[in-house]
Amino acid sequence: MGRYVIRRLLQMIPVFIGATLLIFLMVNVMGDPVAGLCGDRQCDPATAAQLKKEFGLDRPVWQQYLTYMGNVFTGDFGTAFNGQPVTELMATAFPVTIRLTIVAILFEIVIGITLGVVTGLRRGRPVDTGVLLVTLVVISVPTFVTGLLLQLLLGVEWGWIKPSVSSAATFDELIVPGLVLASVSLAYVTRLTRTSIAENKRSDYVRTAIAKGLPRHRVITRHLLRNSLIPVVTFIGTDIGALMGGAIVTERIFNIHGVGFQLYQGILRQNTQTVVGFVTVLVLVFLVANLLVDLLYAVLDPRIRYA
Amino acid sequence: MPDQPYEPGGAIAGTGAGGAMDLAASEGASLEQHPSAASGGRAPGGPKGTGPFGPDASAAAGGRARSLGSDAWRDLRRNPVFLVSALIILFLVFISLWPSAITWESPLQCDLAKAQEGSRPGHPFGYDGQGCDVYTRTVYGARTSVTVGVCATLGVAILGSVLGGLAGFFGGTGDAVLSRVTDIFFAIPVVLGGLVLLSVVTSTTVWPVIGFMVLLGWPQISRIARGSVITVQQNDYVQAARALGASNSRLLLRHIAPNAVAPVIVVATIALGTYIALEATLSYLGVGLKPPTVSWGIDISAASPYIRNAPHALLWPSGALAITVLAFIMLGDAVRDALDPKLR
Repeated sequence: MGRYVIRRLLQMIPVFIGATLLIFLMVNVMGDPVAGLCGDRQCDPATAAQLKKEFGLDRPVWQQYLTYMGNVFTGDFGTAFNGQPVTELMATAFPVTIRLTIVAILFEIVIGITLGVVTGLRRGRPVDTGVLLVTLVVISVPTFVTGLLLQLLLGVEWGWIKPSVSSAATFDELIVPGLVLASVSLAYVTRLTRTSIAENKRSDYVRTAIAKGLPRHRVITRHLLRNSLIPVVTFIGTDIGALMGGAIVTERIFNIHGVGFQLYQGILRQNTQTVVGFVTVLVLVFLVANLLVDLLYAVLDPRIRYA
Repeated sequence: MPDQPYEPGGAIAGTGAGGAMDLAASEGASLEQHPSAASGGRAPGGPKGTGPFGPDASAAAGGRARSLGSDAWRDLRRNPVFLVSALIILFLVFISLWPSAITWESPLQCDLAKAQEGSRPGHPFGYDGQGCDVYTRTVYGARTSVTVGVCATLGVAILGSVLGGLAGFFGGTGDAVLSRVTDIFFAIPVVLGGLVLLSVVTSTTVWPVIGFMVLLGWPQISRIARGSVITVQQNDYVQAARALGASNSRLLLRHIAPNAVAPVIVVATIALGTYIALEATLSYLGVGLKPPTVSWGIDISAASPYIRNAPHALLWPSGALAITVLAFIMLGDAVRDALDPKLR
């Protein structure tokens, strides 16, 4: 196990370097990092040259990247457009997005797995076909359409919720945005659980459990669920990173001041340091989530032994 | 099969592209296993399960057994889901080629005096916040979506299957390098990558968006194609062809590619729907297509501030978008079921 962890950690290093380098190149080579500093007008050439020299942008790209990464690892993500350090923005933005992600994950676990178990046990019945069709529709409708529709229906027409979330963004305000954020993954979790349950239901150990006279709920919870949920748990784990990155759409709809909001502001004001900083952290979260899921996989499934 | 999203081959799970893409990947991957499942279940190299997916199948089997391809086509013609989604897609292609066939105005002709007005004769969907006819704009929006979807899918499918197929076939260093490179691309959530890359592009055409989708989409197909080629390669007929002295290119083109292409087709069909949704999402965020272009994403984004007074301007393009994406996903689903020999 220890050797496996080390091997996976070593594998992460090139991925992290590659992904951050890719983002760094996108922003710094294709875009103009100093353009945003002059506001809406064009920078005059002398000022632009001076700024470039000041920020070290006249040096080769690989040197810029090394400098940036060196700063990142000492906790210096640079400054945002308003002179605030990017780390301060992160300190206010990440708790909000983490709360939103937690709500979304809870929805995935509670609704997704329940629906999956119900349909998996009744494969081929009307409830199964109905839920399958609904999941396909939910997967097809893009998140921003789901979000706008729910905002229109629940917030504007029926007045059940406030259409936008206050800057405090407490858990109860995040219920509907969390559901919107979770919707597509929720549908996928349902399908995944259904396939897994339906497949394991035919397995020998379930037949043995039924044959030795165990009550139905015990067969389902102890034998069937325990084995069927392994792929679901790994999916939900890797989905954490994807949800935090995808939260930008939900946060825009419901005006939540989280990571997506800050990223969006950074892009609007062409502040490369905010953008690269946040994206770097999100990529890191994604990688760590993947690593943890792989390790969890070994814990959950005793058949898997990593050398 | 239950552990689809977890792929031991890659360090990173491909969940960054959203649930629809996960669905595509798992549907493709579940197809991928059919050669080994078929040869495990019956005599190795059984005539039907592992028969070539191409016209020379019936010739090889002496004209008796139908090929998987024609079998799949017979199934599809009787499948109502396939028929409905294919009709929707044909209609979409038709209106994106000749939008003037069912509209009578220019989508850019707007009258501020009529802003946010509801439905009236000749203008069934009403007007949006700028006084443009929602019906005309919704019809014209199909062209952009179909263009982006088709071009991005073609690019992704060609690049991904060539790279993935070659890596799976030859293995070795190239394969290892490609796997690490796909990991790198998987580590960037797609919407984030789109925001970062497209925010620095100033062009108003659809090409940067397509280019971005190809750039971040190919690893998905490449992983599927690689896995598929590796599975197909283990079949006896490939060994036999190799023993008979077939060259690498003949092995790849005549023996492996026809049998390994099914998962790629399924994933590409579903991916087409997700790329249309992704284009709309990016346009909604303001980094995809830019206003002179008529696109559902732009219209939905423009209508969202007027959601209280003119919800119709938001609902019609959203509905069109949802139906389009659904049609492609259902089509992919139906094609998958038709191509799966385990289901017959």
